[in-house]
Amino acid sequence: MLSCLPAKFKIVRDSNRCIKCKVCVQQCAYEVHNYDAEEDEIFSEEKSCVSCHRCVNMCPTQALTVVVYQLDYVPNANWKKLDIMRLTEQAESGGVLLTGMGNDLAYPIIWDNIVLNASQVTNPSIDPLREPMELRTYFGRKTNTVEIEMGENGIPQLKTKLGLIKLEVPIIFSAMSFGSISYNVHRALAQSAKDLGILYNTGEGGLHKDFYQYGSNTIVQCASGRFGIDEYYLQQGVAIEIKIGQGAKPGIGGHLPGEKVDERISMTRMIPTGTDAISPAPHHDIYSIEDLRQLIFSIKEVTYYKMPVGVKIAAVHNVAAISSGIARAGADFITIDGFRGGTGAAPTMIRDNVGIPIEFAIASVDDRLRQEGIRNEITLVASGGFRNSADIVKAIALGADVIAIGTPALIACGCHVCQNCYSGKCNWGIATQDPQLTKRVNPDIATRRLKNLIRAWSLEIKEFLGAMGVNAIESLRGNREHLRGIGLSRNYLDILGIKEVGR
Amino acid sequence: MKKIYINEDVCTGCGLCRVNCIVEHSKSKNINKAFKKESPKPTARLRIEERKPISFSVQCRHCDEPRCVEACISGAMIKDEDGIVYHIEEKCVGCLSCVMVCEYGGVIIDKDRDKVVKCDLCIDRDIPACVAGCPNEALFMIEENEIKVTEKNNLTGIDGIDKMNKLLSFR
Repeated sequence: MLSCLPAKFKIVRDSNRCIKCKVCVQQCAYEVHNYDAEEDEIFSEEKSCVSCHRCVNMCPTQALTVVVYQLDYVPNANWKKLDIMRLTEQAESGGVLLTGMGNDLAYPIIWDNIVLNASQVTNPSIDPLREPMELRTYFGRKTNTVEIEMGENGIPQLKTKLGLIKLEVPIIFSAMSFGSISYNVHRALAQSAKDLGILYNTGEGGLHKDFYQYGSNTIVQCASGRFGIDEYYLQQGVAIEIKIGQGAKPGIGGHLPGEKVDERISMTRMIPTGTDAISPAPHHDIYSIEDLRQLIFSIKEVTYYKMPVGVKIAAVHNVAAISSGIARAGADFITIDGFRGGTGAAPTMIRDNVGIPIEFAIASVDDRLRQEGIRNEITLVASGGFRNSADIVKAIALGADVIAIGTPALIACGCHVCQNCYSGKCNWGIATQDPQLTKRVNPDIATRRLKNLIRAWSLEIKEFLGAMGVNAIESLRGNREHLRGIGLSRNYLDILGIKEVGR
Repeated sequence: MKKIYINEDVCTGCGLCRVNCIVEHSKSKNINKAFKKESPKPTARLRIEERKPISFSVQCRHCDEPRCVEACISGAMIKDEDGIVYHIEEKCVGCLSCVMVCEYGGVIIDKDRDKVVKCDLCIDRDIPACVAGCPNEALFMIEENEIKVTEKNNLTGIDGIDKMNKLLSFR
């Protein structure tokens, strides 16, 4: 059958610069570049190019460029190029379109329509380089009351045991399973979380025993597949997250193909080698808030009520009411994943068309929990498409407690957001289990880069706080007076609970 | 004495060490000229061994008792007081005795010149070109007596995990 699918990208090789060192040939897992000894030339088979830039970055003479293959279809406002290409692909494959990473459609990014405040004259701004600036955040359930007792030496002491986890910055790493990402990346996330005093999340793939040493910085996840879960696993981390949904594919389960399940993953997930790891769409024991409450308290029993148990849901319609139910079911934290949240594999149509933006989810959940007087009982973790420190500051001012970042962490490790995570051929050694490819992430370098990223963002967050004249992130949290909307409709402003610029 | 070592767990076999070695040992030290113009062609002083997924580069180990120095019939191989094994090109007659005796394959035949070349640890540079240019920090330069500590701490990659698995039975 003749394939009617054109190449998506075109490789431009500058022959004046190319020294035929064959680094590109060796590095491309998609086998795009091939060396022809007879001609002493390197030829590129562009159809399989995904524009991951591995060859571009590795080329010692900058001889390569990847550009979008400009094949113009007849202009048609309804049948755009992307639509025709996707349709053709399905006509040839007969399958569900798959993709990786987060929603890439041009939905409005509300963060770009929100601006922050700064102090002028009437209240002084603070220079974070001269004054102490507090980013410390406590993770878990905050009690309604605290009891104080007099110590022996006459100094009052806190009697109530708070049981909170201390985060040095209000940023944690999102749930990414060992399986969806490689061992080395997992290790880098764990190590950098430990060094930074923050948390990383095991995802639904269990916890490899090599990572038990990072337990004090681990959130262990309990998802619908229940992979790698036993009593011992649940006790390894400092918090437990029950994963109901994920922003990239709300209502959809997961599928780790059998070829990725090598010995290490089989041990970690507690499944036989080579078998598919299929996470069902729902938890088969959760059909109501009451069922969820049972699971939360089962887990709390197993872990002796020592650690916070939370629930992760995708941002969908009625997220506020669902969150309220989760809070009342006894959860200590709620993770809400917006529709721009990433994934290792999701049906393209689901990723691009299901769910709501995280901006509205944060605002409506925060409002609802405040109205019901239970906001303090829940740590609100927001995730899904946070791109920079400004997004994080805005989200915290909108009402989030902690921000979880997944894609930014992967980009720090080398990801170029080519959206082919599901292929298992990740040229950057991140979303693959191929032993040849996973070596491309040196965990030491990745750790360094992750730490640099969080350090850089925390410096920027401090600058934002200083400019606003506050010296602690707690003073900003939920303080929507620091936000103004620009170019937003009256309804949007109303949902977000912020004023328009100039007001 | 500092020597070049490789962490096989993160060597991707890209071959940039080879490219950088060629440039460093070319006349012009310009990558385009070295590969396209210079004649005779500069030769890399290392080899890349690869059997997927394992790959690593091999260069002269600068042995304590180098067999190439013993075997050299023309006095072209010399071990200096710093411990670096040098090859003096002018004295080399191209008999390849050194190639025959080297256990590591650290002496490379320069076909264009009918002589041999070998790693000189880039005497002109602080850090050898291959080490400096390794994109994944797989190659590193370290004192010989420190290497054991590094090996012990290095539990990344497949070998590391196998070691760990042997140490800890599951649960």
